[in-house]
Amino acid sequence: MINRAPLSLLYLNVLAIATCGLIYELLAGTLASYVLGDSVTQFSFVIGVYLSAMGVGAWLSQYIQSNLARYFIEIELALALIGGVSAPVLFLAFPWIDWFRPMLFGMVFSIGVLVGLELPLLMRILKEYLDFGDLVSRVLTFDYIGALLASLLFPILFVPYLGLVRTSLLFGMLNALVAWWSTYLLRPLLSSRGLERLRWRAILVTFLLCVGFFKADQLTTLAEENALGGKIIYTTHSPYQRIAITQKRLGFQLFLNGHLQFNSVDEYRYHEALVHPAMLGNEPPRHVLVMGGGDGLAVRECLKYSSLESLSLVDLDPAMTQLSKNFEPLNRLNHGAFSDSRVEVINEDAFLWIGKPGPQYDAVIIDFPDPGSYSVGKLYTTRFFRLLQKRLKPAALVTVQCTSPLVAPKSYWCIVRTLEAAGFHVRPYHAPVPSFGIWGFALASISEFDSTPLPFDRVRGELRFLTNDVLNGLFELPADLQPMDSEINRLDNQALVHYYDSEWNRSD
Amino acid sequence: MIGCEPRVIPLQGELLGPDIGLGHRLRDSLSLVPADADWQEIPVVIVGGGIAGLSAGWRLQQAGFYDFVLLELEDQFGGTSRSGITGSFQYPWAAHYITTPMPENMPLIQLLQEMGVVEDVSADGVPVVAEHYLCREPEERIFCEGVWNEGLYPGYGASRDDLRQKSEFDACMSTWAQKRDAQGRRFFSLPIATGSDDSEAIALDKESMLSWMNRQGWTSPRLFWYVEYGCRDDYGLPLDRTSAWAGILYFAARMRTASKDSQDVITWPSGNGHIVQHLTSRLSDQLRSGQLVYQIVPSRNHAEPFGTTVVAYDKKRQQPIGFRTDRVIFALPQFLAPHVIQDFSARTGRSTADFQYSSWLVANVHLRDRPQENGFPLCWDNILYGSKSLGYVVSTHQSGNDYGPSVFTWYYPFTDISPMQSREKLLQLGWADWADLVLADLSLAHPDIRSLVTRVDIMRWGHAMIQPYPGFVWGPARKAAAISDGTIHFANTDLSGIALLEEAFYHGVRAADEVLLARAS
Repeated sequence: MINRAPLSLLYLNVLAIATCGLIYELLAGTLASYVLGDSVTQFSFVIGVYLSAMGVGAWLSQYIQSNLARYFIEIELALALIGGVSAPVLFLAFPWIDWFRPMLFGMVFSIGVLVGLELPLLMRILKEYLDFGDLVSRVLTFDYIGALLASLLFPILFVPYLGLVRTSLLFGMLNALVAWWSTYLLRPLLSSRGLERLRWRAILVTFLLCVGFFKADQLTTLAEENALGGKIIYTTHSPYQRIAITQKRLGFQLFLNGHLQFNSVDEYRYHEALVHPAMLGNEPPRHVLVMGGGDGLAVRECLKYSSLESLSLVDLDPAMTQLSKNFEPLNRLNHGAFSDSRVEVINEDAFLWIGKPGPQYDAVIIDFPDPGSYSVGKLYTTRFFRLLQKRLKPAALVTVQCTSPLVAPKSYWCIVRTLEAAGFHVRPYHAPVPSFGIWGFALASISEFDSTPLPFDRVRGELRFLTNDVLNGLFELPADLQPMDSEINRLDNQALVHYYDSEWNRSD
Repeated sequence: MIGCEPRVIPLQGELLGPDIGLGHRLRDSLSLVPADADWQEIPVVIVGGGIAGLSAGWRLQQAGFYDFVLLELEDQFGGTSRSGITGSFQYPWAAHYITTPMPENMPLIQLLQEMGVVEDVSADGVPVVAEHYLCREPEERIFCEGVWNEGLYPGYGASRDDLRQKSEFDACMSTWAQKRDAQGRRFFSLPIATGSDDSEAIALDKESMLSWMNRQGWTSPRLFWYVEYGCRDDYGLPLDRTSAWAGILYFAARMRTASKDSQDVITWPSGNGHIVQHLTSRLSDQLRSGQLVYQIVPSRNHAEPFGTTVVAYDKKRQQPIGFRTDRVIFALPQFLAPHVIQDFSARTGRSTADFQYSSWLVANVHLRDRPQENGFPLCWDNILYGSKSLGYVVSTHQSGNDYGPSVFTWYYPFTDISPMQSREKLLQLGWADWADLVLADLSLAHPDIRSLVTRVDIMRWGHAMIQPYPGFVWGPARKAAAISDGTIHFANTDLSGIALLEEAFYHGVRAADEVLLARAS
């Protein structure tokens, strides 16, 4: 009988299944918070569904009257399959299906039911050989140790080193191996009919998951491509952000943390609108500052001015500025901006950089990412704009990218009002960029603007978007982009991040 | 388990503390006498270079009086407001913020104006604080049930009843904040001397915060934890040993209007060390560090010039020096008075036994990168629900530095054991024991923290905070202690019964004003 097999091996079973069970739950929670955002809600829902499903499983276990060992092994196999493929399937499915949530929770529910079935069955198998007190205490002990292992190893080891997809496949394999091994461990309790087939099925499941495990690199890329909507031609993880470049039939696109930064097809509209209004001061611009804009596309527009003597580009991420120089399609797109001897690259957080003493500029172009986080939100505060003033010559012009005034009007006018509160005179304007929609900008200056049209004759270089009429037309605000009141964005309230969050979430 | 441990960098760090060896020599009463050549005459001597002593010096200078010295035992000024610096990182060693002073606190507003922290004062006396000195958003978060959430209250997973009791509590605190006495004074105000001594307020001091909360019918464990967090944070005391008056003060004294939660927090990367830096740079001519003052003999005749003597042991020259003076500002904690001032107890009839102090452990944890996060992003103040620690403050937060290396300042008040026991424990355990405690606590929220830590420095504070236990703040001992002993004037935060920069500053200014008045007459 099975007491010839040491009981400790059975406890190892408990340990393994407990670890697997919790890992699947953590995987689902993490994955849901990746692709759906709002980790609190996602984790809470996943845990809730999972725990209640376990209860359902435990309740169902009473209906299994005979062949306990056989059922236990079948359940292990089912769990290996569903749990093992859960993360890759969810990743791949996310961009394609409208019913992602039902699918996610369906999966979590079935895993929960199967995990809930396991322990009662195993305990009933063991109860022949142990007294009840011992049984409960030992099984639960190993169950909790397994949970501890999973909760410790998941964030420390598996997520950083294996990623979600491969962790999922690995634990599926572990489950399948437990099933295979149990055909030997519980042999005395199993009838020989169909036993070989059961073993082969276990081996097959392990093998399939194993293949998935080693092919997982391709899988993740595939999943991300679906999310970003194009073939990924370059991707990297810098300490600051995730950078991805995708390719479509007509052009390529840059994504930072999953947010589109430009599409090579129509970026010229954005960058011409962003840069040239800042270059129209009375004197030809000689010293220019670009902040953000590590793609070098704003720099490209600046370099069209032969008056330019020096350009400082302040961008947080060296991975981004390096990429712009070394990744050939991008280097071509920015006309080799980073090889121009007038361009100096400063890889620093602009907020820290602007607080230091330094030279004053004739024109400043601000091309930060949208204010979706506190660490970016600080770059749109009165504090930041006041520090910026110290780096401006009296007649200097500044342009700021200000997110979409159509999608996020509160955010847009918050930036404009904050510039005004910091002492700038501001002329709001906008440009249509097909990849983005209607995009908002602000032209700012310490000195007052007069009401005369912008001097288009001062624009230098070949243009594809701007003409005299178009340039001045950008400053005409349509009826749906009219000014509104807003809180001022300060370091101690970060009002902009809150506006931005609610407006873009609403639009999604 | 083993083998899955993250890569552990050999830890380094230091175990620091106020100069315990030298401090304890006070107890053994040094009996050295300075040589004749080592005596000097100076009209005023300030003893103690914490916030109270430095503020007294600041006030004297403000009045145009420069003829004084300030003697400090440590090499570094600032007491529990001191800060540290490593490379480009500055971090506090204890006190790390103040709340925006209300119009009642004019002298502090003046100091902050001088520092450029307050940029303007409105017509009704409300200070306008420069944006970058106000705590940057996001300000605080709490780790509860595996995720970080915004705010100090553990709302995640709270029941409807928990939340109802929390809003009842908030409303109650707001009511106390609005309350004015017959003279129009706030019931709860900072410094407490500007608040009311109305009997209704004082009655609260007779019972503990715990029993007062029980009487209000509150039962929510989360509410109790939240309020106790405040008591541990400001007083180093658990609920059952905090006076209800002090417990309410923590919340009500910082609410100016009903519509506003709390006065805005003012902070710096170096914590209140920033204020110390300003004061010491202003007073640099008068400051003398490394001076163990071990004997003060007050003059028998106040009119006699230079009749009071102060004797100190100069650590650097390793010999005693003496000062003959007219007035002394004793800006040390009260418990030292009988050890330093000759015949103090016999002459004044005062006992310092009622003055009890909490012990603290503060660790500065140097990191080569930020830990992984789950939920709301890293804040200035980061609290772990259920932990005995107070969590940690991120020193790089206020400078706007959001990436890469940082220093976390972690706080741990000894609330479970008596002050005497905790001081013994502080001396017994070594650096490795304390570093282990710090990292074990941080690991609760950041499982990868050990792989990121490059250094852990530990500060042991034996007498960190005066304890406002029931009956102390409004009892006779505290009241008597602030009264000058002949030519000796007292200034320390413990004279308020609570340890806050605002109180230390108030007593420093008050003692300086007493000295100025005495000199004028």
